Amino acid sequence: MTATREAQAEEIVADNNRGVIRSITRAQATQIVLVLLGMMVLFTIINPDAFLSVFNFRSIIVNASIFIILGVGVTFVIVTAGIDLSIGSVLVFASVMSALVMESLGTEGWAIAAVGAVVAVLAGALWGLINGFLIAKANVPAFIVTLGTMGMALGISQVITGGIDLYNVPEVLVDTVGFGDIVWQIPTLAVIALVIAVLGGILLHKTKFGLYTYALGSNMEASRRIGIRVDKQLIWVYIVSGVCAGIGGYLSLALYQQTTIAGNSLTNLAVIAGVVIGGTSLFGGVGTIFGTVIGLLIPVTLRQGFVISGVQAFWQEVVVGIFLIGAVYIDGVRRARARRSSGKNPKPMAIGGLTIGSTRKEGNSE
Amino acid sequence: MDARDDGSEIGMPLLEARGIVRTYGQVVALDGCDFDVEPGEVTALIGDNGAGKSTLIKIMSGTEEMEEGQIRFMGEDVTMSSPSVARDLGIETVFQDLALCPHLDPVRNLYLGREVRKRGPLGWFGFMDNKMMREKSSDAFADLGATVRALSVPVGDMSGGQKQSVAVARAASWANKIIFLDEPTAALGVVQTQNVLDLIKRVRDKGIGVVFISHSMPEVLGVADRVQVLRRGRRVATYQAADTSLEELVGAMTGALDEEAV
Ligand SMILES: Nc1ncnc2c1ncn2[C@@H]1O[C@H](COP(=O)(O)OP(=O)(O)OP(=O)(O)O)[C@@H](O)[C@H]1O
Ligand SMILES: [Mg+2]
Repeated sequence: MTATREAQAEEIVADNNRGVIRSITRAQATQIVLVLLGMMVLFTIINPDAFLSVFNFRSIIVNASIFIILGVGVTFVIVTAGIDLSIGSVLVFASVMSALVMESLGTEGWAIAAVGAVVAVLAGALWGLINGFLIAKANVPAFIVTLGTMGMALGISQVITGGIDLYNVPEVLVDTVGFGDIVWQIPTLAVIALVIAVLGGILLHKTKFGLYTYALGSNMEASRRIGIRVDKQLIWVYIVSGVCAGIGGYLSLALYQQTTIAGNSLTNLAVIAGVVIGGTSLFGGVGTIFGTVIGLLIPVTLRQGFVISGVQAFWQEVVVGIFLIGAVYIDGVRRARARRSSGKNPKPMAIGGLTIGSTRKEGNSE
Repeated sequence: MDARDDGSEIGMPLLEARGIVRTYGQVVALDGCDFDVEPGEVTALIGDNGAGKSTLIKIMSGTEEMEEGQIRFMGEDVTMSSPSVARDLGIETVFQDLALCPHLDPVRNLYLGREVRKRGPLGWFGFMDNKMMREKSSDAFADLGATVRALSVPVGDMSGGQKQSVAVARAASWANKIIFLDEPTAALGVVQTQNVLDLIKRVRDKGIGVVFISHSMPEVLGVADRVQVLRRGRRVATYQAADTSLEELVGAMTGALDEEAV
């Protein structure tokens, strides 16, 4: 009791340092930054020449860029207490559609590359709309809807291509975006990822749209009673995720110079793991884009570090697994503490739209 | 009848509910229930646990659907098809479960769904005038004498009474015709309870119709102008608070009065 009083008093003092700094320091992301830095120090000690090289850092950020873009969208979804398993397949679908359209137009040149970008974004948005509509209006749990569309988006991509990857990617796109640098050794891809992360961060943390995203994840039924158009908001959140996957699909065309039909079966889980490691709670209402960026840099840094240190890269999966479970454990402890101090469960438990105890539309907890 | 500024007639109830029926599976929560809200009056809505009070309020605030019955607002039939309908009519509600977002701070909760946009282009993109909302919220809480001091702590980290204060302040800030309060004092300390009761009177004096649910008869008799009693999903009695007594109210709630009459 006294402890919570003191905590509250501290909060009141801390009240003055509100805003960005405060939300960053409060987040689990801060601890995660320390983990990332610690890893970097460790790998530097083990093999300073290799790890501290420009080449090494360049590989890390290039490898993380597309995941970070997907992670931005998934953060919105998980903040609403939803889940999106379809992103990897939507990425494939968007890249296939984009490659097909660019091929039919003649493949080369900036104009065609631009058309390809629009096609990829629209293809992603379409799947986001389908996901959002089914979750919000048909009331099917997000886990099931996106599991379904995960299969559908990949299946349709395979039907269209016969399962054979497409290689018609405009050279300008590959040269400038795939391998190009904006200046010096700063990859274009990383700059695009940074821009999207910043835009996503502004949208989530500074606008009404972001606020409603948190409100939904915090208390869906209260949001509805307050007059927020919950269905509309949910649909838009899944569209954001779909668009991010679409952009990811386009950029992966640029990076790999081909579609990667068979190469994205675990992309969804890798991204969700990074988002969760970054402090976004599967129970909704909590999460930051900053945390997501760090959470997605960790697996990539680990892999790179292991390779450099001569450790088998397979260990990366093991360590990421430990981090993932650890992150959710910490979130659970924090939620339990919050519940104890307020003496009441703040809301029914919900993971990925699979609500335990009561369902979304009839969550009148009295 | 004379006409008031807003075109309604004097003596006309703000809201009339007639013959409301609502069932939950086997349970008949409301069984042809009537209810009236008068402007500038505090109506206490009382009844035993499970009498249907919360259900009635949810229906009148558009958050729950009714199966049968009619609602008239200022003399016109209305369909409370969604919470926004009630909101647009100037009806606000403090729900029994408070309907707050635990991860958001009191300012966010107070303004949820009514955020003030920044002026100019930033506002078009959904940027909010946080400074203004913060100042206004601060006033709203001060007005209530509420012990909500930390305006950027998530509501979920607050005490039960503080949460209740946030919910009451929210409803009182936005209501301009009717405010429903479903057990708003249940978690409050003595001082805070008195603050809410004072607020209720202030809101009433602005001409707003206040509906107040409580299980505390002294509170009811202290603040209400009228008392409407619900039993098993029906309104069984209406009293002027000045002319009634604790015994009479308890009798009406439990049905003892009827049995005596029979
Ligand atoms: N969402 C629901 N699902 C099923 N039954 C419900 C639901 N809401 C209310 N009921 C039932 O309807 C009846 C009336 O409930 P209501 O909450 O309106 O009572 P109340 O008068 O507010 O009681 P209390 O004083 O305990 O708050 C009860 O029997 C209750 O079990
Ligand atoms: Mg009730």
